[in-house]
Amino acid sequence: MDFPYIVEPRRDTGLYNAKLGIWLFLASEVMLFGALFSAYVLLRVGAEPGMWPHGWLNVYIGTANTIVLITSSITTVMAWVSCKLRQYGRFKFFHALTILLAMTFVCIKSYEYHDKFTHYEITLANGKFADGHLVERSKDFDLAKQTGSVTIHGYEVEREVELMDMQRPEARHIQREEIIIPAAEIKKLERYGPWHHTYLAIYFTLTALHALHVVCGAVVIGFLWGPGSRMWKTDPERFTNRVEVSGLFWHFVDLIWIFLFPVLYLL
Amino acid sequence: MADSVSNIPLHHDDGDGHREHDHPEAGFWRQYIFSTDHKVIGIQYGLTALCFMLFGFFLMLLMRWQMAHPGQPVPVFGWLLEKTLGQVAARGAMSADLYNSFGAMHGTIMVFLAIVPLAFVAFSNFVLPLQIGAPDMAFPRLNMASYQAFVLGGVIMLTSFFIPGGAAQAGWTSYSPLATMIPTDGQIFWLVAMVFIITSGLLSAVNFIATVIQLRAPGMTWMRLPFFVWAQFVTSFLILLAFPPLEAAAVMQLMDKVAHTSFFLPTGLAVGGQYANISGGGSPLLWQHLFWFLGHPEVYVLILPAMGIVCEIIANNTRKPIWGYKSLVYSVLALGFLSFLVWAHHMYLTGMGTKVALFFQTTTMIISIPSVIILTCFLISLWGSSIRFNTPMLFALGFLPMFGIGGLTGLPLGFNISDVHLHDTYYIIAHFHYVVAPGTIFALFAGIYYWFPKMTGRMMNEFWGRVHFWGSLIFMNVVFMPMFAQGMAGMLRRMADGGANYSSAVNSKAGAEVIGGLSNNIIELHTWILWGACLLGVVQIPFIINLFWSIKHGKKVDSDNPWDATTLEWQTATPPPHTNFPEAPQVFRGPYEYSVPGHARDFTPQNEPPK
Amino acid sequence: MNDGRSPEPAHSVRGYIFVFIALLAGTFLTVWASFIQFGSREINIAVALTIASVKAFLVAAYFMHLISERKMIFCVMGFTALFFAGLMGLTIWSTSPDSMVHIQHVP
Repeated sequence: MDFPYIVEPRRDTGLYNAKLGIWLFLASEVMLFGALFSAYVLLRVGAEPGMWPHGWLNVYIGTANTIVLITSSITTVMAWVSCKLRQYGRFKFFHALTILLAMTFVCIKSYEYHDKFTHYEITLANGKFADGHLVERSKDFDLAKQTGSVTIHGYEVEREVELMDMQRPEARHIQREEIIIPAAEIKKLERYGPWHHTYLAIYFTLTALHALHVVCGAVVIGFLWGPGSRMWKTDPERFTNRVEVSGLFWHFVDLIWIFLFPVLYLL
Repeated sequence: MADSVSNIPLHHDDGDGHREHDHPEAGFWRQYIFSTDHKVIGIQYGLTALCFMLFGFFLMLLMRWQMAHPGQPVPVFGWLLEKTLGQVAARGAMSADLYNSFGAMHGTIMVFLAIVPLAFVAFSNFVLPLQIGAPDMAFPRLNMASYQAFVLGGVIMLTSFFIPGGAAQAGWTSYSPLATMIPTDGQIFWLVAMVFIITSGLLSAVNFIATVIQLRAPGMTWMRLPFFVWAQFVTSFLILLAFPPLEAAAVMQLMDKVAHTSFFLPTGLAVGGQYANISGGGSPLLWQHLFWFLGHPEVYVLILPAMGIVCEIIANNTRKPIWGYKSLVYSVLALGFLSFLVWAHHMYLTGMGTKVALFFQTTTMIISIPSVIILTCFLISLWGSSIRFNTPMLFALGFLPMFGIGGLTGLPLGFNISDVHLHDTYYIIAHFHYVVAPGTIFALFAGIYYWFPKMTGRMMNEFWGRVHFWGSLIFMNVVFMPMFAQGMAGMLRRMADGGANYSSAVNSKAGAEVIGGLSNNIIELHTWILWGACLLGVVQIPFIINLFWSIKHGKKVDSDNPWDATTLEWQTATPPPHTNFPEAPQVFRGPYEYSVPGHARDFTPQNEPPK
Repeated sequence: MNDGRSPEPAHSVRGYIFVFIALLAGTFLTVWASFIQFGSREINIAVALTIASVKAFLVAAYFMHLISERKMIFCVMGFTALFFAGLMGLTIWSTSPDSMVHIQHVP
């Protein structure tokens, strides 16, 4: 018995099997990311007043990444259109762009992650707080033994709450300079990792899961661009459907970022 | 995505299990281990799930011993526990931590590794494509991948017993902060395994939905689908949309454990008398909401396939159409929809205000209506019928009152005011076990006895089937009925000492009854329950033997349709060949055309051309 | 786009470019709007989410061809959207301070 609707769509649904399959999968992904967004809202609403951070992420870098993904979305559509018009060369060109843009996105994200992991909040012995990026640690630095010192490029504040809202007008005038802090004055030294604040926890979780989807999507598109493109010669319509299905996944990845960007970077 | 060779029409099977192929026979590994054929995958899922069910059963037996004889070495198996698990099972007795880990794992294994894979995936896989006249599932290779992810998840779960600190110990519900703060990596194994199992389930759900929508044979309209297919279709949607929030929550709890985040850990959390070194700001309630958002649809995932199976068997053995087919379909759709809106009735004691409790209470009461409609349709279907009392029908009939008890005892739990008294007591355990154990599991047994001849060409032994049924029915009730009494008397769940700490015997001088304490009668029920559980295990032995023995030595069927059934799976060879039907069947009528006046036979298959 | 072989896409390329430009414009708009102090945080949130929703609609409707799909996909995504709303809405409502019971400590 022939396996129906792999290439030609079924009349009453207007769909071929894989297209329905990917949409169903995307529905489950909406619920997955939806749960994480719900978690974000709950954590933010439940935070102590004033203690939810704003402006901890670089808006310009985030905007750049948004433009990268939007561009990759149009190149994905164009790759599919090229397949439909049986223009194999243009398909290769557009999806090569898509893959490059995906890699660009991941690189920019890695830079952002690195930036966070070199950013420290230091609770001082005198009850104040120092905050900045690590310049260097002295060779003999040991917090437990209270020897040595760290040098950060940052500033000091009286209360922790002053570190939260970096979108307030005063924040623009903060002078950052190199500060050397001896280990004896440090009560606690903590990086801006996911453990540092629930905002960072949900930021890292959401963006890492999203980046994982970017990587997987890029791998699939890469496979279709490379070894998978053999099917173009034997069954171009079925190949075009595969390009469409992977494109749908890719657009979904872009969709998630369209919400992630304002929620995490702007608000 | 199917084998290209399946374009070639296949010859009819000659009836005793041999298959003719127009392409070279696949090797053992491709045919039985790495198969993409839905029938093979269905059997793989079924056997694996039954193994997990047996293992989960053993965990329960050990727990029941501990409850009836707290602190005493487990007979027969005590030495084995000590040998494999070490200090936690010192002298062969279960420590409280070990009891807790068995409890958490019993629940997890039974729900996610036994019932869902068997009721939902295994039965769907084998039966669904056949019943709609399809050559296979829409995505056969994805189907194989689903099974592999399931096995991987199961292996990780089982491995967690043997790591230092032991398996997860915070209940199958894995509430934070306890789940995060117990010093064992078993929780990490649990969370990682859950991610694999959930992914496996999601992929299966995508496959089943796409198959039902796209691959129905010509003439198989929506309202001609067997109710089994409708039930599995709705179940697939529940899995598709309800599981991901738990996956998200599992990732977050994993972050809490591994990356020391505070998603579910509140500010000011103290562990072992000291403030925990965490950022705080998290919400334990968030975990509960995300867990139960799945947790409630999950229980309908456990029951809907069972209802589907029971419907097929009742129609077939009453030789009458099912009463109220349309009501059944609309009820199951309503049930699926409503199941997403009731979850917080598992959280009445978390400090929710009256408005919230009222909302969830109302939706919970409304959802009982479609359930009752479905059960009522089945009961009315029995009226005036000529019942054939074979083993599948006995189990299907047994399902009805057992599910009835389970469902009715859920009503006081749906009301906030009575749930305050009954929450987290043994009443709850009795309630949900009645629905799943003599409920769903009976339906699954029925399905196995019913479809066994289609899989193997032989019948299972009828006498031992009846022994299995009567024994299971009696001992299930011996085990679970007393728990209602225990729960109403206030015995809480998850107590490693069986409630001894709260008993009158321990808390009063001369063992006199203490008001609010657990009376001796209540505590003594543990002994009854232990005996019931052991004997319940004993009567499963003939089933296990019957299952394997009958594959080679059971009575051979005399036709492809030994039950004289109307649905499409019985209108093809036994076992069905590689693409199920030589060519796509044409469907002319509904699924339950039994005893139609004016016809010579008392059944008319769906694909028989009209005269 | 549900007929497998029609060469319709030639016309739609212009449409896709329009959508692309609209998405870029939306991005710049939302960033610019985030620097404006609207008075309360809530308004900023509403503005940002509205712009994001419009962008999402454009991607879904045109890049993902939803606008030319038939009922089946709409049903699936419609129910999904409903349940997502239910998850978020009911969870937040249930845990908001007004909905919770607070224990008063007697001093």
